[in-house]
Amino acid sequence: MIPPIARMLFRHLVKGPHTLRAVPPPDPDGSEELARALGERVRERLGRSLSIRAVDAGSCNGCELEIHAVNAPVYDLERFGIRFVASPRHADVLLVTGPVTVNMAEALRRTFEATPSPKWVVALGDCGRDGGCFAGSYAVVGGVDRVLPVDLHIPGCPPAPKQILAGLLALLDSVAAK
Amino acid sequence: MMGNVTLLEFLSAGQPVVDHRPFPRFRLDGRAWRAMIEQMAAAEWSVMALWGEPDEVHVALRDEETGDIAVASHPCPEHRFHSLARARPSAIRLERAVHDLWGLAPLGAEDRRPWLDHGRWPQRHPLAAHPLPPAEQPHVYDFLAAEGHGLHQIPVGPVHAGIIEPGHFRFHAQGETVVRLEERLGYVHKGVAGLLAGKTIDQAARIVGRISGDATVSYALAFARAVEAATGCEVPPRAHWLRALMAELERIANHIFDMGAICNDAAFAIMLSHMGVLRERILRANDTMFGHRLLMDCVRPGGIVRDLGPEGLHLLPLLLRTLRKDFNRAVTLYNETPSLLDRTTGTGIVTASLAHRFGAGGVVGRASGRAHDCRRSPGYPPYDDLDMAVIEALDGDVNARVEVRIAEVRASLLLISQMLADLPKGPVSVALPQVAGEGMAVAESFRGEVVVWVRIGEGGVVERCHAHDPSWFQWPLLEAAIEGNIVADFPLCNKSFNCSYSGHDQ
Repeated sequence: MIPPIARMLFRHLVKGPHTLRAVPPPDPDGSEELARALGERVRERLGRSLSIRAVDAGSCNGCELEIHAVNAPVYDLERFGIRFVASPRHADVLLVTGPVTVNMAEALRRTFEATPSPKWVVALGDCGRDGGCFAGSYAVVGGVDRVLPVDLHIPGCPPAPKQILAGLLALLDSVAAK
Repeated sequence: MMGNVTLLEFLSAGQPVVDHRPFPRFRLDGRAWRAMIEQMAAAEWSVMALWGEPDEVHVALRDEETGDIAVASHPCPEHRFHSLARARPSAIRLERAVHDLWGLAPLGAEDRRPWLDHGRWPQRHPLAAHPLPPAEQPHVYDFLAAEGHGLHQIPVGPVHAGIIEPGHFRFHAQGETVVRLEERLGYVHKGVAGLLAGKTIDQAARIVGRISGDATVSYALAFARAVEAATGCEVPPRAHWLRALMAELERIANHIFDMGAICNDAAFAIMLSHMGVLRERILRANDTMFGHRLLMDCVRPGGIVRDLGPEGLHLLPLLLRTLRKDFNRAVTLYNETPSLLDRTTGTGIVTASLAHRFGAGGVVGRASGRAHDCRRSPGYPPYDDLDMAVIEALDGDVNARVEVRIAEVRASLLLISQMLADLPKGPVSVALPQVAGEGMAVAESFRGEVVVWVRIGEGGVVERCHAHDPSWFQWPLLEAAIEGNIVADFPLCNKSFNCSYSGHDQ
């Protein structure tokens, strides 16, 4: 009997990856162009490598779900050389989600200190800008910029994968402008 | 107290609180409260939620024999109450949190360590009538010791290696084997209970929908139903059905992604990729049908925000068909990969007695023989009109939790087919009456039972609101499940629970 994994792999070989199929050509919402532009920028400016460390500083887990979505095969961030790493010591970018809670502020600061320079901080989601609907609580410091220098903010609650791709593209542009 | 008294019989000795719907609430004095704790040693009453107010402590209880639900309230002007922890270990962390937030001290509790309070807030007991000045320095948490030859500690977190929420795990290990795991949570405490007081219903709904973003529909549903109960609002049938449709879509999306992530943590990455594709299909369909990928802010008190249009009715059957086909492929792949089953079978066992003792719900409880699903008991519309079985497994290991998820995804797909066939017509929302009252409601999220209790004041303002996450009764079981397993299997066990940090800490 042919094992199911072999069947599944064979189907992908014949039919091609989901990444190409799931983005509807000629792409009415522009995510294909966006993805292509992102790939080119990464190649020319960072030599095909950008490492991101995601830090949840108090989020509701909504932003994390959409980060998982850009990582999943349909958007497949890794095809551009952008990948999520396990340690801040391996990272170029800290992708911070959530209103920063009082209990997470120090951990966030230490994560930043552990990241080697040059480094960039991206605040993801509406809470990351100013605390969102949690602003004003005794347990919330506020937006990410209350704790770390933020280079870019990606809006949305949570930002859709397309917005996350667009945000990373904007970051690469600003990196080149520096 | 003697003999077999039901929960309602017992509590009716207390003073009933008017305008608390649909479940009764009783105020107990010190003696009655202590008698209740004594009775709990013998009775099968499980704790559903426990929370505070500046001068009162509340506990929601379910009589497991009759299925009745009631709230017992105990005024404590002296800021002390007798602890339930000896009768119900599931109350230990809840009482520690009540002490941290409202300053009500549980008498007779053994574990007096702060839980949510890390000694960093600008005030101690921030929700008490008179908060205390801040701690002089952050608390040093006193982890339980494990002693013996060759033991070592492994601290993990709060910032973890994956793209997940923050929490701290302290392992005591001997070689590869975990001797003791202790969790320290509270890192993502956002002060939700404090924020909700004084908000309008719309503002509060937005916050409650973000207590745990992955279960946003279930939280919004529980909140909406609690507000509707408090104000006596009757929601049109179509709204009930479409709410349930959203809740089932949320359940499927989360369960399949969990299944992918569990396999990924057993180094079987293709499952995660496969499930990522399926999940993305659901999220895109959500966006087309209801205007938000995760369905945030789609359920609101009084009904739902957007009706399902013809486009959605066309899209749903197609989505169901492709989901069924591709999900079945994934299940075959899971069942016919022995190297994967070898990792999941017999790993991270939760015994049935522990699941019952902690009243654990959701996948964790149902995989260990506690077949509780609040869509059935107490039940809420439209599930009473639908064919639905409560899934149960007995082994209590990672594999059992995967199997329960598989069965639940299939059950949810069937439920959606039934809903599509019988979807009632009509409006999808009504205006909320502007009246005061208290209400409580439950909703079955993909993790288990979400409980929301709310008190609406004059003018439609939320005076107090408490939301309870099912993870409170599952996190302690994870500590038990990992004991005797190897450290490398912790991610696997943890993912098979997939407890919420944000919902627990809120």
